[in-house]
Amino acid sequence: MKKLCLKVAAVEQLSPLVKRFRFEDPTGASLPVFSGGAHLTVEMPEGDMIRRNSYSLISDPYDGSGYEIAVRREDKGRGGSLYMHTKVAEGDEITVSVPSNLFQLDLRARKHVLIGGGIGITPFLSQLRQLDMEQKPYELHYAARSREEAAGIRLLPQAAHIHVHISEEGARMDLGAILDGQPLGTHVYTCGPDGLISAVADQTARLGWPKTSVHSEAFTAPPPGEPFDVVVKSSGKTVHVKADQSLLEALEAAKVEIDYSCRGGACGRCHTKVTACDGRILHNDHWLSDDERAAQQDIMPCMSRFKGTRLELDL
Amino acid sequence: MPKTEFSPSIDSRPTYAGLVSQGAAPAIMVADEAGAQALSDLAASDASVMDHAHVVLVGCGASALGDVTPTALHEAPDFDAATPLVTQLLNTARMGTQIYLAGSEGLIGHVSALAFAAGMPVDEIQMEHRGSIARRMQCVHCKGITEDVTTDPFTCAHCGLTLFVRDHFSRRLGVFQGVCVDAETPGVVPEVVEIQA
Ligand code: FES
Repeated sequence: MKKLCLKVAAVEQLSPLVKRFRFEDPTGASLPVFSGGAHLTVEMPEGDMIRRNSYSLISDPYDGSGYEIAVRREDKGRGGSLYMHTKVAEGDEITVSVPSNLFQLDLRARKHVLIGGGIGITPFLSQLRQLDMEQKPYELHYAARSREEAAGIRLLPQAAHIHVHISEEGARMDLGAILDGQPLGTHVYTCGPDGLISAVADQTARLGWPKTSVHSEAFTAPPPGEPFDVVVKSSGKTVHVKADQSLLEALEAAKVEIDYSCRGGACGRCHTKVTACDGRILHNDHWLSDDERAAQQDIMPCMSRFKGTRLELDL
Repeated sequence: MPKTEFSPSIDSRPTYAGLVSQGAAPAIMVADEAGAQALSDLAASDASVMDHAHVVLVGCGASALGDVTPTALHEAPDFDAATPLVTQLLNTARMGTQIYLAGSEGLIGHVSALAFAAGMPVDEIQMEHRGSIARRMQCVHCKGITEDVTTDPFTCAHCGLTLFVRDHFSRRLGVFQGVCVDAETPGVVPEVVEIQA
């Protein structure tokens, strides 16, 4: 994966839980531009390991002067977001991947409906700039519990086609009303909690929308869990996975070569064959099919964990 | 006339699975005379499919539908007359509208391209081939479209080249591609045969 060494140019508190970070090239060089919905992976060295989390880019895709992300502090997470919140300051150096995109707009659509829940607003912040630039019709719906939590409000333009739904104020998002009657050729994009993504999938299915017009991205960081051991088949080496470490991170720390991109169980790049499994794989990805999960012969190390006596991977 | 079964070909060649009712959803249906029978058969399988259906018949009258009564019925003498009507129906349609096309490959190709331009994924369009297996062909050289091609090779109605009938299909344009058959050996043209299903 191609990496960029950048400088933290700005850190801003957007809401009690969300900070915005701006990264720039230390020499002022222009960075590769990207497309709306793209993310990058941030490296966070901690002790003898490097944690890597992916975040959606929220800045203008056509602006190479810097990259911006918004990070919500997750106190129950594995520490990636806490690292960003407590250890990263203006002027620091930071290593990131080049942007890649698993949540592109389908530009054949005649209209785009963007639905973001909570911090799931982030990929849409770059998408809407692309849509403005391409002059494509769209509407954006942003749902949050309270105005204080709705960090994205400050980053959204004021416009008639941008709707904010604050449930605490009684303005719950009504998916039926949003989706019913949209013109033929509309595509819908959802990012947010799993419940929101499945509610949109259910509603569009009920309304007879083609599946290919429904897109989603679950923003997922690997969940912490109980520690476990994994055996690397080629070397016979046993690698210990700590409670707050993902399987992918543990393998990387043990210098086992493994490919990745999203680190969120969505891109398929880290797909690994399981050669022995005595126990149960805790699949947390969005990549494998139900049959593949049940067969326990495949695992996505960026997200999934294991409970049992022996897990051996074809690495 | 029953549904046509085509022999297997390259992936590009469209296949027409046949019309299956999607229930009482809003629908746009376009058929020619042979295809109208497929719409009648569809209504016979599920009468509710006509509850919110706009039917456009090309080159035939309402009698072709038998006693089927959709919400609205439009008749057009040919594609050219039907195009603005179908385009308007598509442009005012909402998500969830089902599209049913039945008849010749020319009709299906023509209307599926309109629906595709309106944002309908081609895979979601219900299609059933009935009647003539004549093709709608685009000359890859002059880009002109020749309708109702029944022989291979055929003569481009626009530039006069002798064109080989390919199974290579453009979903965007709704046409098969015709390629000059004697470019390397001018005048050496294979024997003309009828296009087969
Ligand atoms: S890195 Fe993308 S699925 Fe694991």
